[in-house]
Amino acid sequence: MRIELERRPGVSKLFSILSPFIALGLTLIFGGIMFMMLGKDPVAALYSFFIEPLTEIWSLHELAIKAAPLILIAVGLSVCYRSNNWNIGAEGQFIMGAIAGSILPVVFYEWQSPLVLPLMMLLGMLGGALFAGIPAFLKAHLNTNEILTSLMLVYVAQLFLDWLVRGPWRNPGGMNFPETRTFDATAILPEMIASGRAHWGFGFAIIAAILVWFMMRYTLKGFEITVLGQSQRAGRFAGFSSRKMIWFSMLLSGALAGLAGIAEVSGAIQQLRPVISPGYGFTAIIVAFLGRLNPLGIVVAGLVLALTYLGGEAVQVSLQISDKPIRVFQGLLLFFVLSCDTLIHYKIRMMWYDLSETAGKGTR
Amino acid sequence: MKKLLFALATTAAVIGFSAGAYAADKAKVCFVYVGSKTDGGWTQAHDIGRLELEKALGDKIETQFLESVPEGPDAERAIERLARSGCGLIYTTSFGFMDATVKVAAKFPDVKFEHATGYKTAPNLATYNSRFYEGRYIQGQIAAKMSKKGVAGYIASFPIPEVVMGINAFVTGARAINPDFKIKVVWANTWFDPGKEADAAKALIDQGVDVLTQHTDTTAPMQVAAERGIKAFGQASDMIKAGPETQLTAIVDTWGAYYIKRTQLFLDGKWETQSSWDGLKDGILTMAPYTNMPDDVKAMAEETQKKIESGELKPFTGPLKKQDGSEWLAAGASSDDGTLLGMNFYVEGVDDKLPQ
Repeated sequence: MRIELERRPGVSKLFSILSPFIALGLTLIFGGIMFMMLGKDPVAALYSFFIEPLTEIWSLHELAIKAAPLILIAVGLSVCYRSNNWNIGAEGQFIMGAIAGSILPVVFYEWQSPLVLPLMMLLGMLGGALFAGIPAFLKAHLNTNEILTSLMLVYVAQLFLDWLVRGPWRNPGGMNFPETRTFDATAILPEMIASGRAHWGFGFAIIAAILVWFMMRYTLKGFEITVLGQSQRAGRFAGFSSRKMIWFSMLLSGALAGLAGIAEVSGAIQQLRPVISPGYGFTAIIVAFLGRLNPLGIVVAGLVLALTYLGGEAVQVSLQISDKPIRVFQGLLLFFVLSCDTLIHYKIRMMWYDLSETAGKGTR
Repeated sequence: MKKLLFALATTAAVIGFSAGAYAADKAKVCFVYVGSKTDGGWTQAHDIGRLELEKALGDKIETQFLESVPEGPDAERAIERLARSGCGLIYTTSFGFMDATVKVAAKFPDVKFEHATGYKTAPNLATYNSRFYEGRYIQGQIAAKMSKKGVAGYIASFPIPEVVMGINAFVTGARAINPDFKIKVVWANTWFDPGKEADAAKALIDQGVDVLTQHTDTTAPMQVAAERGIKAFGQASDMIKAGPETQLTAIVDTWGAYYIKRTQLFLDGKWETQSSWDGLKDGILTMAPYTNMPDDVKAMAEETQKKIESGELKPFTGPLKKQDGSEWLAAGASSDDGTLLGMNFYVEGVDDKLPQ
């Protein structure tokens, strides 16, 4: 027997709307069973996971902090993926953006001016874009596989940051610990509202999502991205250059990842450390697909994924269980969302063979 | 928008129920762990301390913990969550939680904080640490006796003073027995990563070391040493189960007594900030049984341990030279704590360049 996924001729509108809810329902059922098997009250667990983080102002702020880099990066990636350019290295672009933006507060720390912050953000975008420019160049001119090159460059960026904070950029007053000096107040991204510590990174994320959504939907560039993504040949007939598109999409996503990096460092961490991201660049790939590569969907997906982190901690605290079942639960949620989405586009077909016959033919 | 959120939140709170309802008469003491509480090393040692605390003061307190909390902004949120959930005293048990603890402590002046192995304090933030280097000095002596090649391998985490101090103590101990002893260092750049730690162990053994020690949290290096048939030292917890015929001894962190003492002060309202740095004599670290070694080596190790406990022997005592050959401590002089806590140089005998 063989199981095959067969593309459905059309996609049901109704079910593409229902699918996330079905997935959520399945997660609740199976997650509830898991918590019950652990001897915990499933209602209390699910409440702590999905509702409790939303009931307090401070944790809404935390939600925004956690979601901001995910959304910002994923919005950029959606443009890449729509145009069939597979940038997997957003994590590296995030780090390089953070490094480039930190030049001012770390190296020129004596210069304090209202210009510092905007320049930092610009440098961050520039750093991310330039770093994404490497795989873009390699693909556009040497026809290299961008999945490999962008991924490998992540490690380069991580080790470069590691070297910087241990070496030339180490805080002279930091007792030899691997971190840079803490940023001056003029280099710290301010809070959006006075009620908590969510900084402007979230604002950038929302603005970026709206702009990219507008571009994809109402501009010729958006059309070009979609056409080239679906068929290069058709794009060529329309006079679009796939080489230029490689540059455009990679630089755009690199710039947004870089902005996410410097916003995170300036707003949340306020100095550079050997590790500044718990893998935002990779998680953002999931966010991009959860949001179905639609910038507005990505905003929702980013918030949902951020909620799973906060909810996971809330369950740990309120029910006193280890973080392992929580991770299983997070996995369940992703599994059901992605498989429900898959089943909208594909149907499962069982292929039955007469085993003796195929074995005789030696098809393998 | 804010109003809407508020309305939603209130409704949810009314419809739902208070998941955070705890007996109000018991004080809450909370722990933030960097690894899994069953890591067999650093975090497990803290969790054993927590359980001892529960056993001793369980009628007056209850404990809570968050495990596998990444260092960085996530730590700040995790600590704040505990502070908001009614914890009166919070222990944050990794160096990387330092700035996050400082920030949350400033926000919650009524909550007491204790941060392990850091150097920043506040009126409601104390630090505590253990003189692990005393144990490493003993290990160095054992290594010098047990190694046939005179070379030991050292799996290090991050080049922070704490770790550099450990390397230097090990070498100093070893060279007190064998003046030509050398060590090779591999930086794993992680506290907790069984795969990387095992790779580091293999790399060192391939380079010809015949004794292994580690400053990372898992039992993976011990297992590799066992497979390759060389001897090794455990770290943070007794790792004898991972290498019944491999472990010579282990530095065992015994935080329980400290947790009980400080929590009792907290309950009595007498808690005050401090920077605690106790050693073997205070029982905050102990040595796992000396095993898999001849009796004379065992006797020597026990003798050294006794001398350190009585204060007769201070591990960092001159004459000692830095790696570049310049003098660090003159004969008879002992290092002050300040130098140790900011240590950024190797002593003679380390076959590695300090990353900086």
